[in-house]
Amino acid sequence: MSAAKSRKSPDAAPAKKKAVAIDDRGGDLTGARAASRSKSASKRSPATVKAGGGVGAGRISYRDAMRAALQEALQRDPRVMLMGEDVGRYGGTYAVTKGLLAEFGPERVRDTPLSELGFVGAAIGAAIGGLRPIVEVMTVNFSLLALDQIVNTAAVYRHMSGGQFGVPLVIRMATGAGRQLAAQHSHSLEVWFAHVPGIRVLAPATVEDARGMLWPALQDPDPVVIFEHAQLYNLEDELPATVSDDITHARVRQVGTDVSLITYGGSLYKTLDAARELAALGISAEVVDLRVLRPLDGDTVLASVRKTRRAVVVDEGWRSGSLAAEVMARIAESAFFDLDAPLARVCSEEVPIPYARHMEEAALPQVPTIVAAVRALLNR
Amino acid sequence: MNTMKTRIRPATPAAQGSGTDVPAPPTGPVPFDRERALMLLGGMLRIRRMEEKSAELYGQGKIRGFLHLYIGEEAVAGGMIPALQPQDNVVATYREHGHALLRGVSMDRIMAEMYGKAEGCSRGRGGSMHLFDAQARLYGGNAIVGGGLPVATGLALAARQLNEPRVTACFFGEGAVAEGAFHEAMNLAALWQLPVLFCCENNLYAMGTALARSESRVDLCAKAASYGMQAGSIDGMDVVAVHQAALAAVKQVRASLAPIFLELRTYRFRAHSMFDAELYRDKAEVQAWKTRGPIHTYTARLKAQGLLTEQQFLALDRQVAEEVDRAVAFAEAGHWEPVGDLLRDVVAARQDEADAPSESSGVAP
Repeated sequence: MSAAKSRKSPDAAPAKKKAVAIDDRGGDLTGARAASRSKSASKRSPATVKAGGGVGAGRISYRDAMRAALQEALQRDPRVMLMGEDVGRYGGTYAVTKGLLAEFGPERVRDTPLSELGFVGAAIGAAIGGLRPIVEVMTVNFSLLALDQIVNTAAVYRHMSGGQFGVPLVIRMATGAGRQLAAQHSHSLEVWFAHVPGIRVLAPATVEDARGMLWPALQDPDPVVIFEHAQLYNLEDELPATVSDDITHARVRQVGTDVSLITYGGSLYKTLDAARELAALGISAEVVDLRVLRPLDGDTVLASVRKTRRAVVVDEGWRSGSLAAEVMARIAESAFFDLDAPLARVCSEEVPIPYARHMEEAALPQVPTIVAAVRALLNR
Repeated sequence: MNTMKTRIRPATPAAQGSGTDVPAPPTGPVPFDRERALMLLGGMLRIRRMEEKSAELYGQGKIRGFLHLYIGEEAVAGGMIPALQPQDNVVATYREHGHALLRGVSMDRIMAEMYGKAEGCSRGRGGSMHLFDAQARLYGGNAIVGGGLPVATGLALAARQLNEPRVTACFFGEGAVAEGAFHEAMNLAALWQLPVLFCCENNLYAMGTALARSESRVDLCAKAASYGMQAGSIDGMDVVAVHQAALAAVKQVRASLAPIFLELRTYRFRAHSMFDAELYRDKAEVQAWKTRGPIHTYTARLKAQGLLTEQQFLALDRQVAEEVDRAVAFAEAGHWEPVGDLLRDVVAARQDEADAPSESSGVAP
């Protein structure tokens, strides 16, 4: 905790983060549209999450926001339990679950062996059996050991059983590079999960989403995978008094007119920084945070692109077969004649993430590469 | 009822890893009242006749996909499933027609499922390998070898945490013992003391690979025991031995909440699936095992004991044949789910998903 609080912001999101204007109402959307959107959200989950939840609104770290969400879930629903490697005594690899063992005991905050296939499968069974497990998998790289259970059981169970059984399970995992952890701890494999029908994939990038997405994910009768970019845990920001419980829509984080920058997760802040640099060059960039990687909110993306007529997708995944590729394909399918320029993307280089800092930085999308991609598109 | 210690013991002195050592056929008195004794026979016979008809229908193209027959192994499900209570859970493999049937899923709905009809127990979405039934607490029908073990462990975790007196019976073949999922689930179940009854149906061949060709040690009970779990081997061709062991094991798991491992030594008379030329075993070996056939040996014992006459057997068989005929008629009369329902049950409801239209529309206007 103290270590977490002593660091104000992650490497990827310098202190100027506070200056970023978060547009909660969805940027250029009309008032009527925004109203209907919040109405549909409240219909699904009437209990809009209060930021209070034992921690109080105001400035909070992403880690503490996530912990508050977990704590609230454990308090609100006795069926909720946490499972995972070192979630209990150790307090969580990223200290997200620190203190929860003392409050809720070892049955509800359950340390597991290093046994991803086994404990993710057991969480699936427990969910089918009436509990509401939240599984923490240390990183997306390790989750591959459990991919069989996630893809072959959790994602197909409802359909294969003719609708008789669902798997109301939440799986949280860290993703992403930037900490010199090399090629087995740093990859962004969100698209592997977003490829699979039957599961919802979330990528909270803000403290509000870290605080607000978990509870509605638990209300989903089907499996939900939540990707937390490891660079975000130390991010601090203001938590609004009322936290959104929307796990369906993308959101415009910054309104612009010349180009749409579409991104998610840890790349959001690099993209917002790039937008600021572009503004200094007289280019007005709109930033769309996908938030939900499956099912994709095509409407919000298309509305933005139809307005700006240009799009650059920023995605820390590898270029080939990336989420960026899917977003671009949807734009090309549905808004081709609205475009004034070819679609572009900034992805990770197609290389296992290397250890050496300068090489790791070179492998990832960075502010200058995003700026360069936009300038190339606009010939400016 | 004898204690676990006397009931759960090796069926033969040596561990069984090859099909060429064929023990003597099961004999001896049947220690059940007539009603229970005949219930066990009826169960096995229903599985046998339903599957013989399924093979025939497969040949006619009525049933497609993979079809894995349980013929020869009926004493396992036939002895295990009736030892469970209605509140218990069953997790099975892709060779699960018998488990589903004896668990109470009607032959009609099983047959309709194999036809792919909407009246099937999985609405035609699963087929032979994926029979499900919420009411029967049958959680599949899992065609990933070893895939059911972690799920069963989780079902038992839920039962334990919710204070529900459920035993979860998890069936899997000996081939699953080579999977990591087996070892991870055994460890979790023993570590957390979960009420799972692990039922290893050792039919000696994982598809075509004999146990001795895939395991460095063929003593399966030793593997379970290494996790601190009580384990025992049962003659899986003897429905009496299986049922006695099952009653004792289910009772003990329910009382102690601790898992038990049973190895049920059995033999598959038919090919692995309908595509198997059986190059990996001699016909003589199969013939030798057929002398241990679970239905005819048990029938002989019942007759010797005066619990069954030939006429009564024929009457029972006729009754089962009629049930099979009705099931086929039911499946034939069933209807195909409209293609418009294709995306139904991928998730709980389509909700107001943002991309619902673009998911199917492709190019926008």
